[in-house]
Amino acid sequence: MIMKLVNLIILLFVPFLMMGVIKKTKTFWAGKKGPSILQPLYDFIRLLKKDFVISRTTSAVFKIAPVVNFAAVLFAAMFVPLASGSALINVPLGLIIFAYTLSLGKFVSLISAMDTGSSFEGMGASREACFTTIVEPAFFITVASIMALTGNYTFDSLSSILSSAGSYGILITIFAVIILFIMILTEASRVPVDDPATHLELTMIHEVMILDNSGSDLALFSWANSIKMLLISSLIANMLIPSSLGEWMSILLYLVIMFAISIIIGTIESGMARIRMSHVFEFIFIMSSLALVVLSLIVAGMFGTGGT
Amino acid sequence: MTNWLITKNNKKVNLLDIPALSISELRDAILIEKKRPVAFFGKDWGNGATRLFVVLADDINGDLLVSSAIFSSDEKSYECLTQDIPAFHIFEREFYEQFGIEPLNHPWLKPVRINQDKYEFFNMDGDEVHQVAVGPIHAGVIEPGHFRFMCNGETVYHLEIMLGYQHRGIEELILKSPSNQLAESICGDSVIAYNTAYSQVMETLKGIQISNKAQLIRKAALEMERAAIQIGDMGAVAGDIAYAMGAAVFGVTRTLVINTMLEWSGSRFGRGLINVGGVNFDISEDEINLTLKTLDKVAKDVDRMTKTMLKNSTVMSRLEKTGTVSSEKAKEIGLVGMAAKASGIPLDSRFDFPDKWMKELNFEKKPFNGVGDVNSRFKLRYKEVKESLAMIRKILSTLKEFKDEPILVNSNTEVQKDAFVISIVEGWRGEVVHIAMTDGNGNLSRYKIKDPSFNNWYGLALAVRNNGVSDFPLCNKSFNLSYSGNDL
Repeated sequence: MIMKLVNLIILLFVPFLMMGVIKKTKTFWAGKKGPSILQPLYDFIRLLKKDFVISRTTSAVFKIAPVVNFAAVLFAAMFVPLASGSALINVPLGLIIFAYTLSLGKFVSLISAMDTGSSFEGMGASREACFTTIVEPAFFITVASIMALTGNYTFDSLSSILSSAGSYGILITIFAVIILFIMILTEASRVPVDDPATHLELTMIHEVMILDNSGSDLALFSWANSIKMLLISSLIANMLIPSSLGEWMSILLYLVIMFAISIIIGTIESGMARIRMSHVFEFIFIMSSLALVVLSLIVAGMFGTGGT
Repeated sequence: MTNWLITKNNKKVNLLDIPALSISELRDAILIEKKRPVAFFGKDWGNGATRLFVVLADDINGDLLVSSAIFSSDEKSYECLTQDIPAFHIFEREFYEQFGIEPLNHPWLKPVRINQDKYEFFNMDGDEVHQVAVGPIHAGVIEPGHFRFMCNGETVYHLEIMLGYQHRGIEELILKSPSNQLAESICGDSVIAYNTAYSQVMETLKGIQISNKAQLIRKAALEMERAAIQIGDMGAVAGDIAYAMGAAVFGVTRTLVINTMLEWSGSRFGRGLINVGGVNFDISEDEINLTLKTLDKVAKDVDRMTKTMLKNSTVMSRLEKTGTVSSEKAKEIGLVGMAAKASGIPLDSRFDFPDKWMKELNFEKKPFNGVGDVNSRFKLRYKEVKESLAMIRKILSTLKEFKDEPILVNSNTEVQKDAFVISIVEGWRGEVVHIAMTDGNGNLSRYKIKDPSFNNWYGLALAVRNNGVSDFPLCNKSFNLSYSGNDL
């Protein structure tokens, strides 16, 4: 029970800290002092207190989208193992529920962006939809083939791959971590795929889709987005944390990994430019090609050494 | 009678000496000369008549060719020049807007500054074409302008730019109350360039010779302005491609330069520094030494950051081959200043219409091999920063030789009658042209201003064709054209 409570707290609040750490890292590289790492949380509270404005051209879709999106992300979170132990709802093929609940949230935010009738938001929605179609198959191939190799069709299989499949396990883990990391950059709209700091509507992807949202609606969207980042990072953490570790130790290690991921994201954002929009596909396709490498490694792991 | 009066930069000519031709004669004369237009503007000539003045630039010999044509009250149109020399397109549009004399067969008689709401934008047919309208109110804190993109997916077919939202009637205001304060408020990022041009016009009209010291201080300030803005814009380019480190370092470095201006004049942008008759503030020996020390740091930081950036492959892939304006196109539509230089056209009025210091201090035009993309404009800015800093060093060390000279001379002399003066100053964007005319009583009767942006906005429209719509902000930053200088 207490573990579940800890997981819940992590789920709801660590995303703010991760955003804060990314910002802090960026300001560190820029030679600035920067705001406190709690600033995203303060911003969230400030937005909650604000009133919101709703455009006359929108319909009910626009009004329900922030809530549906947030609910979808929270629901998806139930199927992912977080800091310790199994997922809250640990069912076989929870992967499918996880991926498609996230997609539901994305779908709602896409149509909500289109609902405003703004040409900017239409463009943003089209970009986001494009990238998702590349990310999704790569994610499925990777995680599903890991499940096939371990024979365990819950997310628990992620934590066993490193120890169970020998040298293949190490290779698979390395590639899978890279795949999931690119997925974070894409799904959480970070550089080099998107630029969360820009004010230029024409170049935005995620930011432009929520251009018309304000107050608590905006707060829910950005909270949901940072939780999404935590969820994918959790998958990485689960691959790396040995299952033999004690509960409290694994929570500690989990938090360390979350901060490490945030620092890496912040460093990438400081040291490289954003990829040209027409070349972003090529970057995301790295995921797909690595996923195929993982698939072939797994085939080798299953049949080459006699399987599991 | 010859068709052209040949004059120089900052030289007074008698209005009565300017040839007054018929419009067809003037048109032929322009077509024969085939030179770059610097000004093309009208003036009320009594009884409903309008006189059209034309100034062409002979950049090789440093000459300015002036001529004019008179339209009687019933002549309301003429055969346009744009069909033969496209560089006239914006000038003819402006002349039409101000005086109602129509250039026949002009390909695109779109408003320049007023009546934006009556204009119908181009429309592209096709199911896959979508329009994106941006502005005039923007998300960032920039000036107002409307941009309309005709896109197919992410690719821009065509961009139409509509400006004029900042039109304040400067040319009329300056006739009513000519002052340095007004001149330096026309375009906030070219304070020194505008104020120098205005002061030079007034000094020539009044026949004042300012001290060597004042001339050098103005010159140093002009280069400071150039260095500061170019560094700032390099940071802005870095910011637009989400290269956070570049944005931060260039931002800090620019501050060092403008804070030095603050030391000199009490204003970071040099407001209040220049006055008719000289300058208002002297630069002491201590300030010179301090400035030289600061500039050393600036040069080092800019150097290091630029080299780091240009070595970064992700940065280069964004800059190279983005927003290209070919040399031919740039020449055809009459780009000037930075935009022209980046496309390989070496126009620089500092060297083309030099004052005595350019020779005395051995300043020479250095070649730049630009291909007209964002990368060229970025590298050009880097080159200009380096050159400006070197020039400032030389100017400041020469300044010590004139320490006993006054900074300001008496400017209460009478303005000459029936005079015509052209003053061209190379601001950081390009040539800032001020032209003044006086009437028979010695009062200003026409004041014409041309900002380099006036020529260059169309260059931006051409640059984004066939580029991704998401690259527009980057192209825009690489030009960084002025709205207020264009709108006047």
